[in-house]
Amino acid sequence: MNRQVTFEPKQELNQKEDNGCLHHAVPISTEEGNRGLGETSKNTFILEVKDLGKSFGGVEALHNITFSVPSGIIQAIIGPNGAGKTTLLNCISGVIKPTRGRIIFLGKSIENLQPHKIATLGISRTFQNVALFKRMSVIENVTIGLHTKTRSGFTSCALRLPSMIREERHIFERAQEWLEFVGLADEMNKEAGSLPLGKQKLLEVARALATEPRLLLLDEPAGGLNTAETEQFGELIEKIKNLGITVVLIEHDMNLVMERSDQIAVLHYGKLLATGTPQEIKKNPQVVEIYLGKEE
Amino acid sequence: MNRKNFPGFLVFILLIAIFPLIAQRSSAINHYIDVMVFGGIFGIVAIGLSLLMGYAGQISLAHAAFMGIGAYSSGILTTHFNLSPPIALFLGIAVTSAIAFAIGVPSLRLKGHYLAMATLGFGVIVHIVFNEEVKWTGGPSGLVGIPGFGFGSWALKSTIHWYYFVWFWVALFVVLALNMVHSRIGRALRAIHEDDRAAEAMGVPTARYKLQIFVISAAMAAFAGSLYAHYVEFINPSSFDLVWSIKFILMVMVGGIQSIWGSLLGSLFLTFLGNEWLQVFAELEILIYGIILLVISLFFPDGLFPVIVRFLTQRKLEKKA
Amino acid sequence: MEWVQYVLSGITVGMIYVLVALGYNIIYNVTEIINFAQGEFVMLGGLCAVFFYESLHLPLWLAFLMAVVTVGGIGLLFEKFAIRHARSQSILTLIIVTIAFSILLKGAAMFAWGKDPYSLPPFSGGSPWLIAGAAVQRQSLWIIGISLFIIAGLSIFFHKSFYGKAMCACADNPVAARIMGIPVRRMILLSFTLSAALGAAGGVIITPLSLMEYDRGALLGLKGFSVAVLGGLGNFWGALVAGIFIGVAESLCAGYLSSGYKDAVALIALLAVLFVKPEGLFGRAK
Repeated sequence: MNRQVTFEPKQELNQKEDNGCLHHAVPISTEEGNRGLGETSKNTFILEVKDLGKSFGGVEALHNITFSVPSGIIQAIIGPNGAGKTTLLNCISGVIKPTRGRIIFLGKSIENLQPHKIATLGISRTFQNVALFKRMSVIENVTIGLHTKTRSGFTSCALRLPSMIREERHIFERAQEWLEFVGLADEMNKEAGSLPLGKQKLLEVARALATEPRLLLLDEPAGGLNTAETEQFGELIEKIKNLGITVVLIEHDMNLVMERSDQIAVLHYGKLLATGTPQEIKKNPQVVEIYLGKEE
Repeated sequence: MNRKNFPGFLVFILLIAIFPLIAQRSSAINHYIDVMVFGGIFGIVAIGLSLLMGYAGQISLAHAAFMGIGAYSSGILTTHFNLSPPIALFLGIAVTSAIAFAIGVPSLRLKGHYLAMATLGFGVIVHIVFNEEVKWTGGPSGLVGIPGFGFGSWALKSTIHWYYFVWFWVALFVVLALNMVHSRIGRALRAIHEDDRAAEAMGVPTARYKLQIFVISAAMAAFAGSLYAHYVEFINPSSFDLVWSIKFILMVMVGGIQSIWGSLLGSLFLTFLGNEWLQVFAELEILIYGIILLVISLFFPDGLFPVIVRFLTQRKLEKKA
Repeated sequence: MEWVQYVLSGITVGMIYVLVALGYNIIYNVTEIINFAQGEFVMLGGLCAVFFYESLHLPLWLAFLMAVVTVGGIGLLFEKFAIRHARSQSILTLIIVTIAFSILLKGAAMFAWGKDPYSLPPFSGGSPWLIAGAAVQRQSLWIIGISLFIIAGLSIFFHKSFYGKAMCACADNPVAARIMGIPVRRMILLSFTLSAALGAAGGVIITPLSLMEYDRGALLGLKGFSVAVLGGLGNFWGALVAGIFIGVAESLCAGYLSSGYKDAVALIALLAVLFVKPEGLFGRAK
């Protein structure tokens, strides 16, 4: 698990000059990562959820959720509608604050942080209903993902300082690389809202990847996609894993889940029912009961 | 501003520079120079408001109030305290920025209607203060005897001087605003407008940026207010009331909500409309503003000018074919 | 015992704010829209009544009725031709639409009636009553009485009648409401009409006491909104409590502190509520 990884996309691409303005994040291996964060344990879990609870008024959406995600795997979260999957994702990414419990990312508690802070720490995500910036162009959407990797502020942008101009060039180069990574380079200047759903989902992933996350949360990426598109998405998720990024995905498509995930967590009525490998989960009688109904 | 915009900007500079020379020759349009001074002053407010409304997607019904705070700061500091106008201008901007910051922090947490109402309420409170603090502001009768703009031996003496002075600043603000729009910050603001939850998730500090742009646009309004005070040398609360805040929104809507040039054109259009063409129909003025704003918000919610421009360029393309 | 005077006049004007607040609540309950033009309906109600009474020489009660019907009709037209079209747009656009309409109404009023204030005769003649040493205008009693009557009527309407309950259902869950066969569009139309009529009624009953002119709408609308938010947006009884509170506070301020700043009382309360507890004192009625 202690891999030295970089985020350079496929080797076939030309090496871009690095003028030093854009941080090509070379994410440190998990060992180095923990060194700076105060915990010297041999912790190889990139994400730990401990006793997480969330209530909305009287409704308890999440109850005592505890599980850990090892670094570098694909972790699936499955469960019937309303089981609390998106709520869990929203807690992790900071969109909502949990009522109880802790979320630990790379050894640091993040359950009380603002979403944009969590993004700078290395967690990125997509949304169930494709939250793209519809009236901006495809490539502009990806550049937003690069916001945390860049620095020009109000003053240097207003004055159009040379450092800002240099940074702009890098931003667009990098954004284009990410578009090529997901296969959308041809649609670069189209309006994001004009893309068909499958490509919109790819764009959302490209945008999330541009933040150079350690952990990527995908909320039902295959929702609304046909079989071919879903298969394509599975390959993309594999490619992302090969970059060293840990993927947590909420998904209903069982083929995709069984084929690609290394670990599965099953949620039911806000409670964690089971965790395990795909094989284990497939055989788990409680899980089978939820999905197939009780044997009479 | 980048290479694309630059030729257009040069044309703009040229037109601005030439206009008074032409206007001077005709007694019919000679006073348009004066109107243009106002158009420029209001244009600065409109550009700031465009950044806030069009790019960051936040509404403010208090911009006339911010302009008023700048104007009264300048007025009070130069008449009651005999400070020199440039210093008063600077202090006015500082005061307004501080107030905008104080109001912005709690307000920008609010969404949509609540934000609109909060800025509306604030604007009316400011208007009441202008009317009530007679000792400082002169109350409803206004503040008189504000000196013209100048320091030491230099001063702006004629309308033409004022024209070039104001439009120098307009051009500067246009450049700064366009630079900001075509940059990482501008894209972040647009992202906040489109979907601030997604922008936040991508690491954009939405609350901080909204506040920053709110304060910047308020500061610009204050700057314009100071210039206004020194140009007219007299101010009263009715120039900074709710109707004026709505007029500024109208300027931005007419010009195109996400267009810097558009809001400037919108300002010119409405200033000429108000000063010149509506003088005959003074009782209809507010009614006409209401109709225009209603029509635009219903049928051209992104602004009128972009639609016209698109229409004209499409006609040109069709003609070529 | 002058505080009694202030309290009573505060309750009087507070009732008007309650009526305006109810207008906001009705529309909000059905559509979650804030209608910035609400205050203008009050202004128009008063001025239209003046028109019907003075120019057309209708008896006062008929002028009252006609004014309410007319302004209700304006609310109806506004919904039908503007709101319906704009509902699909962004919130920013929707806000600007209602602001635009408020300016339009104000401008129309300025054109039609000029800038002068107008008056109506009090609903019943006679000298003021003496209550606990305070002189209470008879019109104040009319105002309080009619307001309470309207509020009671609305309460029955929303809790007992089909249309009333249907309107509440639309707010809670428009999709479910539509599935149940409730004509959501018609409910929205009804809400705007009713709100406008309500505002107009308030305008008519206050005019004999404090006159009416073309630019009173903005402040009335803003104060009515303060009351609505303070009581919890959508909550009728909250609006009643909040309205009386704000009215009395304003009146006491005018009496003991500064009459120039009395308008600021409601506004400061508005900002305080929005900044600290936007759900208001009582939150939303379920």
